Amino acid sequence: MISQTFKEAVSAVWSMVVGLKVTGRNFLQPQITVHYPRQVVTNLDTYRGHIELVAKDEDPFKAKCILCGQCENNCPSGCITIESVTRETPAPPAPEPAPGEEAKPAPKPKKVKELTQFMLDYNLCSLCGLCVQHCPVDSLRFSTDVYLAGFSRGEFEFELLEMLQKRGKK
Amino acid sequence: MSHCEANALTGDTYTRRFDTGPAGDTLIVNMGPQHPSTHGVLRVIVELDGEYILRAEPVLGYVHRMHEKMGEVKSFTQYLPNMGRVDYLHALAWNWAYVGAVEKLGGVEVPERAQYLRVISTELNRISSHLVWWGAYLLDLGAFTPIMYAFDDREIILDLLQIITGSRLTYCYFRFGGVVADVTPAFVSGLTEFLARFKSRLPMYTDLVTNNVILRKRCEEIGVIDVDMARRYGATGPVLRGSGVAYDTRRAEPYGIYDRFDYEIPTFPEGDAMARYMVRMREMEESVKIIEQALAQMPEGEYLSAKAPKPAWKPGVGEAYFAVEGARGKIGAYVVSDGAKNPYRVKLRAPSYCNLSLFAELAQGVILADAVSIMGSLDLVIPEIDR
Ligand code: SF4
Ligand code: SF4
Repeated sequence: MISQTFKEAVSAVWSMVVGLKVTGRNFLQPQITVHYPRQVVTNLDTYRGHIELVAKDEDPFKAKCILCGQCENNCPSGCITIESVTRETPAPPAPEPAPGEEAKPAPKPKKVKELTQFMLDYNLCSLCGLCVQHCPVDSLRFSTDVYLAGFSRGEFEFELLEMLQKRGKK
Repeated sequence: MSHCEANALTGDTYTRRFDTGPAGDTLIVNMGPQHPSTHGVLRVIVELDGEYILRAEPVLGYVHRMHEKMGEVKSFTQYLPNMGRVDYLHALAWNWAYVGAVEKLGGVEVPERAQYLRVISTELNRISSHLVWWGAYLLDLGAFTPIMYAFDDREIILDLLQIITGSRLTYCYFRFGGVVADVTPAFVSGLTEFLARFKSRLPMYTDLVTNNVILRKRCEEIGVIDVDMARRYGATGPVLRGSGVAYDTRRAEPYGIYDRFDYEIPTFPEGDAMARYMVRMREMEESVKIIEQALAQMPEGEYLSAKAPKPAWKPGVGEAYFAVEGARGKIGAYVVSDGAKNPYRVKLRAPSYCNLSLFAELAQGVILADAVSIMGSLDLVIPEIDR
């Protein structure tokens, strides 16, 4: 009986010694925590921030967006609002009819939709990526700004076109 | 004035049902909704006689977010991000349950590579979920350091999952007909490195905690659930396997490609908190095994089927149920469609809900400190219970 209790006590104490050994070993290991802001973590390149527009290759001030409305309609949280205007480009002059032929109908003025505003309410965004995935022309991507912070809700309502143009100027 | 009326003057709907009893010297205490051991916002009303619990009643609904109702007002695709938020610890299993149900309903094919990616990411997520449980449970029991060790490993998993999913916690990675992104070489090399490291960490966990006499005294023979009781309440996952029943959805109703892997279903017959603890520790090892096999077998190919449905897709009239094994037990998604663009009804089966219902019976007659141990050993995730 007594030997039993004694054995148990020894093994109990021993289990703690083993645990202490682990603690001791880790105590001598280099620190794994990172002291922000003097140090930063290294895994930031795969971070996905809020979405942003991608510029056309030939014009850094214009988005690739073709205004299909996929992102606006499919966003689960309804955080995208797109505004556009329809501009008419003047019709090219009708070609002179060749003699003996009837005059062709004059070409119609071309209507071009142009993106004027791309509002993102980042407060609501769940970063699901459905908009990025379904954009037919890859006009959306995730930004990589890890240090986004603000004091009010309003600061997270982004005008993405404006941001794109600002980036273009740089 | 009876005690009941005295209570009625002070309590709310729930406390009113708690009569102080004929002796009148029992104490009614609210554990939660802000109690550290309830991990989130669970409230348990306990009636105490000294330090012993006479009755306990969990009160739910503090983080009810209407996930099921939201399914009816969002299109099939738009409902995807909700799944990551039902259970923040094992989000990918929920992803799979819903995506699986809709794929079954609409007859969507999943490419081979995507199946492997699903297995790898879900199992990684299972390990991270168990690590959080491990750290938090020991925190409940008063041991602070283990959670630091657990988070050291978990951080690597989150980094890995961030590479492929872009998120660290509330993943929205699965799509109908595949997954949203392929793995990168950095992910594969990082994963191989992690698996090797994690295997050497597991014995350290055993030395540090599992064999520790203090832990054993707090877990052994505490909260014994017998098979009959587990069945009565519909307990699943490690809670059921801790009672000796080898029931795992991955084996019982194989989904995806789980039938291709060689792994064990760990069970422990004791039914106490220690058995549930051991099941989860062993499960992490098994998950490592599954990931290793999946990584070795993974074929090249597309990660999202070329015929994957467009966002406005409707799966047609019908209903489907799909169950997966989450870290806490059997996760089920039941989707009914009447052919419209939104589901007609989405019903989610959360394992924690059934596992929690055991608590009232288990806690009867135990010391309050043991009730904390029991609750921790059930591994509850409150947002999943409330949905
Ligand atoms: S999905 Fe792409 S192209 Fe269509 S409106 Fe959105 S950003 Fe523009
Ligand atoms: S990531 Fe999801 S929630 Fe955010 S804007 Fe895109 S579709 Fe909407």
